[in-house]
Amino acid sequence: MKTRTPFKTAVLTVTWGWMIIFVLLPNLLVFSSSFLQRDELEFVRLPVTLENYTRLLDPLYGGVMLHSLWMAAVTTVVCLLLGYPFAFAVSRFPARLKPLLIFLVIVPFWTNSLVRTYAMKLLLSTNGIVNDLLITIGLIDEPLRMLYTEGAVIAGLVYILLPFMILPLYAVFEQLRRDLLEASYDLGAGRWETFVRVVLPLTLPGVIAGCLLVMLPAMGMFFTADVLGGAKNLLVGNIIKNQFLDARDWPFGAAASLMLTIVMALLLLAYYRSVKLIRRRGNDVALA
Amino acid sequence: MWRWLRHAYLWLVYFLLYAPIVVLIVYSFNASKNPYRWGGFSLDWYARLLDNDLLLRAAGNSLLLAVCAATLTTLIGTLTAIALQRYRFRGKALFNGMLFVVMMSPDIVLAISLLTLFILAGVQLGFISLLLAHITFCLPFVVVTVYSRLVGFNPQILEAARDLGAGEFHMVRTVLLPIIFPAVLAGWLLGFTLSIDDVVVSTFVTGPTFEILPLRIYSMVRLGIRPEVNALATVLLALSLIALALSHFLLAKREGNPA
Repeated sequence: MKTRTPFKTAVLTVTWGWMIIFVLLPNLLVFSSSFLQRDELEFVRLPVTLENYTRLLDPLYGGVMLHSLWMAAVTTVVCLLLGYPFAFAVSRFPARLKPLLIFLVIVPFWTNSLVRTYAMKLLLSTNGIVNDLLITIGLIDEPLRMLYTEGAVIAGLVYILLPFMILPLYAVFEQLRRDLLEASYDLGAGRWETFVRVVLPLTLPGVIAGCLLVMLPAMGMFFTADVLGGAKNLLVGNIIKNQFLDARDWPFGAAASLMLTIVMALLLLAYYRSVKLIRRRGNDVALA
Repeated sequence: MWRWLRHAYLWLVYFLLYAPIVVLIVYSFNASKNPYRWGGFSLDWYARLLDNDLLLRAAGNSLLLAVCAATLTTLIGTLTAIALQRYRFRGKALFNGMLFVVMMSPDIVLAISLLTLFILAGVQLGFISLLLAHITFCLPFVVVTVYSRLVGFNPQILEAARDLGAGEFHMVRTVLLPIIFPAVLAGWLLGFTLSIDDVVVSTFVTGPTFEILPLRIYSMVRLGIRPEVNALATVLLALSLIALALSHFLLAKREGNPA
């Protein structure tokens, strides 16, 4: 539709206006303030500097950053290891059962993540159920200190983010053509070889999409680290929050947040490359 | 053997997903003061919720905010979806890109960008800033929900309306909206749930005058285990489930609908 009607003009004005004021402009503000200096009264001031970015590599913050990235990476790998076989298993069920099985994965996704973090705290406490259980079956004599550790933060993140890994993986397994697997078996490949050379490459876009959806929140969800991790296990999100709300160092917080955006961009790039690669390979096969 | 393993694994993952929630719900009916020992059934913690004025006020604020945010988001989001599906306009790729960025970028990045905007523009932090922020992060989800419904039906129906002399606005109101109505409602429910569950963005753009429920809960659970939080969490879970069931029902009807 190229004609101009008042309705069209009104709709486009509202939607464009909203996106420019509340998306484009704020992001530009954060981007530019990450190159400025901290100011007590006005939040930021000139001159332009790269100091905020070099401070990210500073041993003081660098250590916290690395630890945070490490926890996000472990969370992502655990989600992948749990979610991949799960998505595969669901995709092999009869078609009439699949919607129900996936619905059961979505239910926790719709429930408040703070509430679920709290549930995790209830389980992992020194007097909590997990310790009780371990003592009852005789695995340990003394309750373990599980809360306020790195493990607790990772467990909480995995628990909250697992559905985000399962859903994109399920989507690619649904598209995986059964005849390709049969062709692979017919050509003499075993289970393992078929998995590595056929299944894994074809499901790669889902793997990367899942990692994207898990890793980014795993770096940002400061409340999980706050409730389960105590003062020592901080995420990038906690650092950003401290800089903006407590230390009032906006430029440094902005630089840290830009780093998150860069990680996001890299993961997105990897996703598009993998999708493209598979399309091209698919065409090659079709032509051959 | 493989089949057996597959089933066992599936149930294990479901167990991991649901066990903490079940424990939380069960312990919300605990009569014991000790949050870890079962002391019989009681509704004490629910009764105590009703006595907590601070909590009730926060819940009221949250409800008000979520209803306003969901309604305005649905309005803007539906219009946006219609514009994206029906109109060709300059900068459409950029527009799609911005929606995508909002959907993908971590909540915290969005939160600080909006906080920066509000401070620089002199918007007082409180209800208005929360409302604007919630609309912004809910918007792409509503747009996607409505858009997927828009591409799914026969465009000839719209041409027929036009041939019969309907103007653009009239056509949207009398033909398009009724067709996409289930998706619009589902979008509203999604926006409502996202808004009432949000912690990250609200932490940044909230003000001292307007406390909302998730932030109240946050400050309660930071320090320790509080049995009344179990009761509150159970109530919230029930509400989310109702919203989810409703939206599932609304979107599932699509398959049976010939339009």
